Amino acid sequence: MRNFENEHMVEMYVFEALELMSQLEMLALTGERGKSIETNIHDIFRIMHTLKSSSAMMGFESLAALFHAMEDVFFYLRENRPENVDYSTLTDIVLRFTDLIMNEINQIQAGNNPVGDPACLMQEIGEFLSQLKNQSSPIDLGTTRAFHAGESNGEACHTQGKNRFKAFILFEDGCEMENIRAFSVLHNLEKVVEIIDYSPKDIIENHQSAEVIRKSGFEVEFCSELGMDDVKAILSETIFLKDLKLELIEPRNKDDISPGNDDTGREDTKLTVKQSMISVNVSKLDKLMDLVGELVIAQAMVIQNPELEGLSLNSFHKASSQLQKLTNELQDAVMSMRMVPLSATFQKMHRIVRDMGKKLGKDLMLELIGEETEVDKHIIERLSDPLIHLVRNAADHGIEPAEERVRIGKSPAGKITLEARNEGGDVWIFVKDDGRGMDKGKILQKAKEKGLLTKPERELTDREIYGFIFLPGFSTKDKVTEFSGRGVGMDVVNKNIEEIGGTVYVDSIYGVGTTVSIKIPLTLAIIDGMKVRVGKSVYIIPITSIKESFKAGASAIIRDEASNSEMIMLRGDCYPIIRLHEFFGTTPDTTNLDEGIMVVVETDGRLTCLFADEILGVQQVVVKALPKYVKKVNGISGCTVMGNGTVSLIIDVSGLIDSS
Amino acid sequence: MAISRDSGAEMEEDTQKDKYLTFLLDKDAYAIEIRYVTEIIGIQPITEVPEMPDFIIGIINLRGKIIPVMDVRLRFKKKPMAYNDRTCVIVIDVRDTTMGLIVDNVSEVLSIPDENIVPPPEMNRGYENTFIKAIGKVGSEVRLILDCEKLIGGKDAVTSEATENSMR
Repeated sequence: MRNFENEHMVEMYVFEALELMSQLEMLALTGERGKSIETNIHDIFRIMHTLKSSSAMMGFESLAALFHAMEDVFFYLRENRPENVDYSTLTDIVLRFTDLIMNEINQIQAGNNPVGDPACLMQEIGEFLSQLKNQSSPIDLGTTRAFHAGESNGEACHTQGKNRFKAFILFEDGCEMENIRAFSVLHNLEKVVEIIDYSPKDIIENHQSAEVIRKSGFEVEFCSELGMDDVKAILSETIFLKDLKLELIEPRNKDDISPGNDDTGREDTKLTVKQSMISVNVSKLDKLMDLVGELVIAQAMVIQNPELEGLSLNSFHKASSQLQKLTNELQDAVMSMRMVPLSATFQKMHRIVRDMGKKLGKDLMLELIGEETEVDKHIIERLSDPLIHLVRNAADHGIEPAEERVRIGKSPAGKITLEARNEGGDVWIFVKDDGRGMDKGKILQKAKEKGLLTKPERELTDREIYGFIFLPGFSTKDKVTEFSGRGVGMDVVNKNIEEIGGTVYVDSIYGVGTTVSIKIPLTLAIIDGMKVRVGKSVYIIPITSIKESFKAGASAIIRDEASNSEMIMLRGDCYPIIRLHEFFGTTPDTTNLDEGIMVVVETDGRLTCLFADEILGVQQVVVKALPKYVKKVNGISGCTVMGNGTVSLIIDVSGLIDSS
Repeated sequence: MAISRDSGAEMEEDTQKDKYLTFLLDKDAYAIEIRYVTEIIGIQPITEVPEMPDFIIGIINLRGKIIPVMDVRLRFKKKPMAYNDRTCVIVIDVRDTTMGLIVDNVSEVLSIPDENIVPPPEMNRGYENTFIKAIGKVGSEVRLILDCEKLIGGKDAVTSEATENSMR
């Protein structure tokens, strides 16, 4: 049945399905919070419908059946607007449903057949639906929503100013697969009309229906703004059509301007928004990014060509500055293409907070601030896991059980705040909770037990103490729960964030709450760098870590013979000196500290002086990874190609300080 | 479709079969299988990278791609020679690693049929021998055929060498 000649189709299907499923998840969660899904019901319905048809088209029948069952529930909700719906249960079902589907989709993506057995969930959906019906509607709609639903919908249709039709289709004898044909009729119609009902109902999941259609034909009811002739023309295109009967049940009411009209209008605008987006493979963007990087380098090679030196080239300079402006703009444009708002990552947390709350029996609230903040796609991908972990930690360790909260005078609902904002070239993300906070004493004690203290207890700052929780295997939680407490995790969080060039800080007030702050760079691809020369080599120091630079006077230099280290006094403070030529093993112009230049760099609040021969100036550099063969070199974060085509190494300031 | 692709690969394999790029180091002639070679470039400005074994001279910019370069003389424990305008960098692709090999100069592309290739002599297991896959006879002369995978790879090769260097 399934034919995988067309890998592209599968790819599109998977992409669409995953996208829509996460949309559905979000809508369901919003619905649960607002205790109503009325505003979103059309969107939900559209999602179900699209996926049902595309699943059937791809031949994933079990999935199509599942979508159909779910669609039934929403159909009921949309048409009958029952009151006191148990939204919590509904959301539970929808979430389990999306989980199952996503699982299946992942299977499909991996090239397998969908394996999961949806029977259990199907049954549950069915039960929920019948429960809904019993609860809120005295009219027994029965198992076929068919004609009853049609009646209840008639009113709505009429007021929406549309024509209502009933079509009767009979296929030619021996054309086979009547049920699939009927489905394709529906699918074609869907593009132009709103389908109200059709019979027999279970055309996709029940193969017996083919027999029924063969004998007694296929009946469909729909409403549309189109006239009789147009509709007839569309239906006549059906292949193997033997007989077509089309009747107008209710003509359109032209004067009527109802809220329904607004509805369709809104959907139209949504459609255009969607069409103006295209999805592009990230590798293509990376390629574009690389090319622009090359272009910037090539341009520098032309404009700063040594052969031009000493010539007076007025119009050349004019033209070249124009070129420079354009390439800068191009660079910005490419960069902005890679920028993605954090909202998708943040929205995912709703689900996590909800699940945690249910499992732990806590009342949890999640507040999102600044979710429109944009970050490079690469960074976002690797930010998701650490954030999930932090949110889980906050929910599990941070927030106290409701009784305890009430006892100490807090509101029973625990609040977790996820905030993002831009600050200079960095993005800050805060994960805040108003829970019990961290016990400094307990952490300190645990650190002592494990022999982690590196300096006297009195000298530790609060941040340093809280920093212990990022060490591998460190957990003050006595119990191991499903979610956390094994002591793995925080160190992984720290490592993940460091990998994308960020830093994590923890602040906490015992009894009031904990804030974890994450500082990450806006982008990894292009940085402003200071070029410094040591002998023949040129190194790049990221501007963001440079505090100042100065010529040292001989009198300010202190040598400590015992540890063979050098320090410098600057405005009353003492900073260690790292000689770059010693660190990188190169031959410098001078080894006299008062002849070269000192560059003061800062990392994690520590200040250090780097000693180099000369500062050559500031340049925007495109960061490239070192070749894999070279692996990780301490103190080097990457390399870049300079204007003259040579390669310079980019200094990793914190790595340099740690390993010297 | 699958069949035609296979035969295409075979064709490509065919044209490269038995072809070797030969180059000189000191007075010795070496050869590497042509399928590893992507291009040959002149010597370029090389950026030193710290913490590397001494035969990895540094990294160069190959049209925007940063690749490491190895001085094959140093790799073979021959005495180093200053680079001149005949010095070449042979860019090879071994599995997923791209590497530049600095050699004295590149001679020619030769066809050495299988029957003229013999395994290296068993005796005299010098250090050099570990990189020699086979010996090809061309007329009255021989070419030492390099094992590119061993030349590049083997983390053991790099680390054992590095420790050896540090011990000296």
